[in-house]
Amino acid sequence: MSIIRSLKQLLIVCLLSLPVLGHAQANDEQAQSLLTQLADASYAQKGKIAGEIARSGDERARGWLEAFSAGKLAKVEDSGKFVIVLSNRGRNWTVQDALTGDDLGEISRRDLDTIRVNNSLRSEIDGILSVIDLTVNDADKRLEAARGLRGNVDEAMAKKLTELMASEEDADVKATLDEALAIYKVEEQGDIGAVKTLSGSLNSEARAALNSATYSDDPALKQAAQDALASIETKLKWNRAAETLYFGLSLGSVLVLAAIGLAITFGVMGVINMAHGELIMLGAYTTWGMQQMLPGQPGLALILSIPAGFLVSALAGVAIERSVIQFLKGRPLETLLATFGISLVLQQLVRTVISPLNRTVVTPDWMSGSIMVNEALSLTLNRLYIIGFALVVFVGLMLIMRKTRLGLEVRAVTQNRAMARSMGIKATKVDIMTFALGSGVAGLAGVALSQITNVGPNLGQNYIIDSFMVVVFGGVGNLWGTLVAGLSLGTINQLLEPWAGAVLAKILVLVFIILFIQKRPRGLFPQKGRAAEG
Amino acid sequence: MKIKKQITAGLSALALSLTVSVSAPVAAADEGPIKVGILHSLSGTMAISESTLKDTMLMLIKEQNENGGLLGRKLEPVVVDPASNWPLFAEKARELLAKDKVDVIFGNWTSVSRKSVLPVVEELNGLLFYPVQYEGEESSENVFYTGAAPNQQAIPAVNYLMNQVGVKRWVLAGTDYVYPRTTNKILEAYLKDHGVADDDIMVNYTPFGHSNWQSIVSDIKTFGSQGKKTAVVSTINGDANVPFYRELANQGIKAEDIPVVAFSVGEQELSGIDTGPLVGHLAAWNYFMSVDTDANYDFIDKWVAYTGKEDAVTNDPMEAHYIGFNMWKEAVKKAGTTDVDAVKDAIIGVSVPNLTGGYATMMPNHHITKPVLIGEIQDNGQFSVVWQTPSTVAGDAWSDYLPGSKDLISDWRKPLHCGNYNVVTKSCGGKSEVAAE
Amino acid sequence: MSYSQSWLTRPFTERSTQIFLGVLFLAVMVVSVLHLVMPEGSALYVSSYTVTLLGKYLCYALLAVAVDLVWGYLGILSLGHGAFFALGGYAMGMYLMRQIGDRGVYGDPTLPDFMVFLNWDSLPWYWHGFDMAWFAFIMVLLAPGLLALVFGFLAFRSRVTGVYLSIITQALTFALMLAFFRNEMGFGGNNGLTDFKDILGFDLRTDAARLGLFIATGIALAVGYVICRAIVTSKLGRVSVACRDAEARTRFLGYRVERVQLFVFVVSAMLAGVAGALYVPQVGIINPSEFSPLFSIEIVVWVALGGRATLYGAVIGAIIVNYAKTVFTGIMPDAWLFALGALFVLVTVFLPKGIAGLLPGLKKKTDDESEAPTSGKEATA
Repeated sequence: MSIIRSLKQLLIVCLLSLPVLGHAQANDEQAQSLLTQLADASYAQKGKIAGEIARSGDERARGWLEAFSAGKLAKVEDSGKFVIVLSNRGRNWTVQDALTGDDLGEISRRDLDTIRVNNSLRSEIDGILSVIDLTVNDADKRLEAARGLRGNVDEAMAKKLTELMASEEDADVKATLDEALAIYKVEEQGDIGAVKTLSGSLNSEARAALNSATYSDDPALKQAAQDALASIETKLKWNRAAETLYFGLSLGSVLVLAAIGLAITFGVMGVINMAHGELIMLGAYTTWGMQQMLPGQPGLALILSIPAGFLVSALAGVAIERSVIQFLKGRPLETLLATFGISLVLQQLVRTVISPLNRTVVTPDWMSGSIMVNEALSLTLNRLYIIGFALVVFVGLMLIMRKTRLGLEVRAVTQNRAMARSMGIKATKVDIMTFALGSGVAGLAGVALSQITNVGPNLGQNYIIDSFMVVVFGGVGNLWGTLVAGLSLGTINQLLEPWAGAVLAKILVLVFIILFIQKRPRGLFPQKGRAAEG
Repeated sequence: MKIKKQITAGLSALALSLTVSVSAPVAAADEGPIKVGILHSLSGTMAISESTLKDTMLMLIKEQNENGGLLGRKLEPVVVDPASNWPLFAEKARELLAKDKVDVIFGNWTSVSRKSVLPVVEELNGLLFYPVQYEGEESSENVFYTGAAPNQQAIPAVNYLMNQVGVKRWVLAGTDYVYPRTTNKILEAYLKDHGVADDDIMVNYTPFGHSNWQSIVSDIKTFGSQGKKTAVVSTINGDANVPFYRELANQGIKAEDIPVVAFSVGEQELSGIDTGPLVGHLAAWNYFMSVDTDANYDFIDKWVAYTGKEDAVTNDPMEAHYIGFNMWKEAVKKAGTTDVDAVKDAIIGVSVPNLTGGYATMMPNHHITKPVLIGEIQDNGQFSVVWQTPSTVAGDAWSDYLPGSKDLISDWRKPLHCGNYNVVTKSCGGKSEVAAE
Repeated sequence: MSYSQSWLTRPFTERSTQIFLGVLFLAVMVVSVLHLVMPEGSALYVSSYTVTLLGKYLCYALLAVAVDLVWGYLGILSLGHGAFFALGGYAMGMYLMRQIGDRGVYGDPTLPDFMVFLNWDSLPWYWHGFDMAWFAFIMVLLAPGLLALVFGFLAFRSRVTGVYLSIITQALTFALMLAFFRNEMGFGGNNGLTDFKDILGFDLRTDAARLGLFIATGIALAVGYVICRAIVTSKLGRVSVACRDAEARTRFLGYRVERVQLFVFVVSAMLAGVAGALYVPQVGIINPSEFSPLFSIEIVVWVALGGRATLYGAVIGAIIVNYAKTVFTGIMPDAWLFALGALFVLVTVFLPKGIAGLLPGLKKKTDDESEAPTSGKEATA
């Protein structure tokens, strides 16, 4: 929904220049008195005063209401001047005179009294502003405004909407307005005709209205509402199934991303890399660092983090390989011990150097919100991107392993190190490259995870065990196995969750893995041939 | 229940009229510096929350030393790291009390760590100040609870939603451990007392660090579209909150539609989240960084100066430590010694200013009085206070809404001197050997 | 080595066992005597804090011995031994909870406090019997033993080996951790079991009880060590070493590999259970975090650090790591993880045979045949 929010913000900018609120120029005195009333009123009265401000015809009113709704309209304590807060971080806030629009520089938070707002006021103001938005030229914007109105219509607004509907040309906007009005009519007036309008709707406000109508004393209305709900319910069932599948795929792709780097370092090289989680963490912190370096451009920073995260983790991987793992050739078990030590050090390093607290990673606008397939089924955008990203990373890795010289050499060295060396392959170099590749991919996972979870020192620990499960379940040394394992474990988990609950679902998945390994002791896709016995 | 209330009231009145006379024996240990133990995890999963509390204590101690120390002696902090490992908490508490011989401990965050430390502190007769909101159902002679009990956080928050926002349907979502379980039990009983039907309550528990909230948020959405105003009461802990709020935002649940009121999300947790999409969701605490008082602004200035970070945030448990430290200080001054028994007696009834413009008083049940504030999340990671209790609320160790504890009261003054006195059977239950002292 | 002696007495003829038992006996004696005889405040006085701490180290040592038995001599890298440890601990914890009786804060004669305040009206069936010490002590062995039996039967029968086995042991302990976190399970959820009062009639908070537990742990470690030595020096032990080094060949020679594996695995699980049972009354709490996979990995790290396939190495590793933890978390609370992490890395790189590898005298005498394999043959197992 933050798409709506950002659209709204755009809209505000456009609208500020439009004298939609009236033509009369109100004087500053009147404005000051209205704002003072607003500041001193109780929450219950504030809505009324906001309405007065909107009707006052002052063309600055829109800006005030927006600022008020965002909690950014404030009064300077000693001068009684009203200001709009431009930046409200830290102890000193940048402000602008609400009446003259002059920049007033920074004022200490101590000297400012913010005019308080709460949720119900905010939605009231949103309603007031939506009605205004319905008169703009852009049909898409009108549609957004109309959608926002559903469930928020009151008597005064209903009249206005009926008028607007008559002059509305766009069919979608009209239908949505019709629905908004119908919701109001069902809820407030018990209108049976309106129930018909709502009968095919998947909108949750419409369902809410119908639901409340089923408690009605009027048997005809009750019956009509129940019928309408029943028809909606069948539609919903399919949407829910699709939604669960989507949830499963998205969880699965997260698992694949987290595990696929490990599928290389552990699966191909045989290094039990307990620091894998921390390599993921480094990728996530790189994203954070990038966003710090490019303030105001979270999207660009995120895109740049993809190569940067890969590089940072790959370099860390090279450092680990050169400093520790190369000395443990032929002692794969001991890599567990050493990398466990490294993971402790890396975690504490982040705690000491950066902070023990989580870091904020901003989701860029184009990644937040969701795509609406229909009213009941929306696909969250960040997860959609991650599914896509996981597939791209997977295909990329497959190509590297199958089509490049490096891939060929990696496979050769894994299958028979001595033979590969005697054919002139520099095994040491291949080791470094492989470990760097696996670590770099872990970094990529970190970049993606920064968009859905905490970026903190514990990030890695939360994924390390799941990653090992996925790699082993899929069959060590098989990238396809990792993909299938990740996606299927994710889907199983999400299918179980609705009836088993989150904890039990996870336990059941683990038991499933244990039992599955009894049946297929080498995972889904066992490695064949001599290397498998190694 | 009525009897209990009357007795509580009577005892409180008695407390005010009692003057505490303490003899101040000057022992050999009373020379040297006064040792203050700090028992907060600096590594492991809880470091994220607890490490700032360690810094808060160090700041308070430093400031006190600059002002001449206490009883003419310097304060010396003793910091240990229990590493988010519960048995290690007990071990470190023992180390602080038996080896380092600290005079007081400030520490713990999770319930389990407190439960782990409790027997040690009782056995070695130490003093522990516990700064975090918790599930109640406990009153130890040696522990002072400066965080909120359920009646100082959960119940006022639900009242606000019920009366001011008109919420009719409730989702109680929490992490599966004792604090959410108990709080939700209390809330369920409370809601049912107020006429909420079983069908209108949905309870959901998730494991620690839960990160995949897709289906739960979707369920909440469905639950909320039944035509009655719905709210989520969240006791989701720590790390699980970021993915939870992200999922809420992405699935388009706005605070105007289904507000979430959280008991474990403060400024520090929000500092790790992009709060833009969360504006309007609520939290209930006894302190917010945005509180408009001079005491608070001064505290923030000191904290920023101490940490050297302009964006450093303060939060409720930090205020609890601030209050706890000042109470202990006053009690030591009043007793004229750091002797544990003397301080324990002296501290009951001590009042110190809190940061929200009022006073906090130590009650005979070792809980303190606090105002309850409801705040809405702002886009700058702060809360804006939308409602607060008209006066402070005294912490209730034993909930009135749980069948097992509704007859229990706690009063550590003589002659009752009991943490779990049953007003029906007129006996000090359980730990009779303590009561017999 | 001759096989004329009975399997039980053979360990006592080994020099390493003699030295180990001697050192252990001396250490326990010295600590006890110093604790009892020396006046408080004397430089030589061992406080009850230290006694309990040492008791904890000994529990960890026994656990490490159990892990070394399966890892060092059977080639099974168990990343889930914490589960057996915790189960033993819970069995003991349940006994201790029942001993509280009506002294809990709510004064309920049968229900533990956490059940009262979560509104349980009666004791769940699996809590019955734990009011009797003998039953609880049997369960300390039986609960982990049965779990190991069922799990091992399934795993070894279908010849799950190597990393696959390691990861499913990890899945096992992870699943149990999640299960025990659930409050519906009736084990106190995340808070676990705590606030114990007494054991076998002795008040746990007295110095005497503490010392008694410490000595009991010392004895348990000695007995556990001897049992393990007896196993590894018996014919069974030799077969298990053969399984470790070449499982397929051993099978072809006609040995029922899975039976050997199962037997040793179950014994190891029971030893871990005993360690857990002794651990709980000394630290005063048992909680699901003992099931955490990271804890199980840490145990393996102790063993590797001390020296795999030596048994005494496991003891040394467990004590050194945990002592280092105690010291570092006190003196350098902000940086102790650096020190610990560096210790793991350095020991791995520079001391491939662990600390025990530094003790040449002992080494030659005992581990001629059961030398820790250094080839990559055993793959990642």
